[in-house]
Order: sequence, then structure tokens, then C-alpha cells
Amino acid sequence: MALLSPADQQSLREVFQQLSRRVRLLFFTQTIGCETCVQAREILDELPPLSDQIVVEEVNLVLEKEKAARFGIDRAPAIVLAYDDAESADAIKDSRIRFLGAPAGYEFGSLVHAVLLVGGRASALGAKSLERLAAVDKPLTMQVFTTPT
Amino acid sequence: MSLAHEMAFASPNITSVAVEATEFPDLARKYHVSGVPKTVVNDEVEILGALPEDAFVDQALSGS
Repeated sequence: MALLSPADQQSLREVFQQLSRRVRLLFFTQTIGCETCVQAREILDELPPLSDQIVVEEVNLVLEKEKAARFGIDRAPAIVLAYDDAESADAIKDSRIRFLGAPAGYEFGSLVHAVLLVGGRASALGAKSLERLAAVDKPLTMQVFTTPT
Repeated sequence: MSLAHEMAFASPNITSVAVEATEFPDLARKYHVSGVPKTVVNDEVEILGALPEDAFVDQALSGS
């Protein structure tokens, strides 16, 4: 059953037309002990029918430990946004944007925003912020706690 | 939320993780999350609530 209304599907279809490169939603899941993995997958499955630039790739957290470790994922459900590098069709780039938990409710809007950003939309940050970020020379991990409502 | 994602995409040294607090109560407990949004940077800096861009970037980079 579709989670999005036909009107929402149509407006997302229009907004996704600005995607200039392929966005890969790496979906880390496990079959046992993950109550919201099915819900998360259902939400993600709403997106590829709306744009041929969006693909979902499932990664089994238990069976594909190496891949999970490469992206620093140790829980499910988790989503890593990656994209195809224009220089080489095979190279998949990590956007360093992740979602832990099902992207339901308010978080769905964040996911759409992130897809557009990774898909080629210009940064929404001001010049001053971008200048400061360019000077960051050590690893920073930002965890943003949210709820669906 | 989107600000942290924007920052991660703009800097190769930054990773941002949106954590659904009710699905991961152990993480919410570990970081003493009593309201959202709450942002934790490198387990050191805490940002409570949603802030304007300049203030958010300021606080997020304050530990580095």
C-alpha cells in the first residue's frame, strides 16, 4: 500500500526532476531484532518509483559486516546516502549523511531534503558557513536526536 | 536536522547522523536526551533545540 498520497507523489516527482546524478540509499537491515526495519524499508520504497535517479540498495547488517563497517554502521535500520561520481560511473561516494531509525513523519522531510542535496542541489548554507567548514581539519561526528512528530 | 546534513555534505571531515530517539532509547539515555532536537558533536558539545545557521555552526565547531 502506498504511504504517500497521489498528490504528494506528484509533487515529489516534480521536485526530484532536479536530481542531476544518481542517489543511492544504502539501507542497512537485519531480519531479527529490528522492529522498525520493515517500516523503514516501506518508506524508502516510496522513492524510486518517483525518480529513476533514486535507488535503494539493501545491506544485511549481519551478513555484510565488512560493508557495514566501511560506512560505520552498527545498528539497524540505518540509511546511508551515497551518490554516483560523475567522473567514473562505478565509483560510489559516501555523502556522510546518515539516518538511524525509520525516516517517518517529520524525518521524511529531512530525507527528501538530503536526497536533493546529494543529488546535486546547491548547498543551502551561507558563504560564511562554507568558509568556516572548509577550515575543519579534524573528524567531527554530529548526532542529531529527533522524533517523528 | 537539515543544517547538520548540509554541514556534512559541505565538509569531507564531517559526518551527520539523524537518530530517531524513540527507536534507540539506549543512545537517547547515553546522551541524556530529554527534548528534541538535540545535537551531540563528537560526544563533547551539546546543542539544544533548533538554532539559526550562524549560531548552530558556531556551536558545532566550538570544540574543534
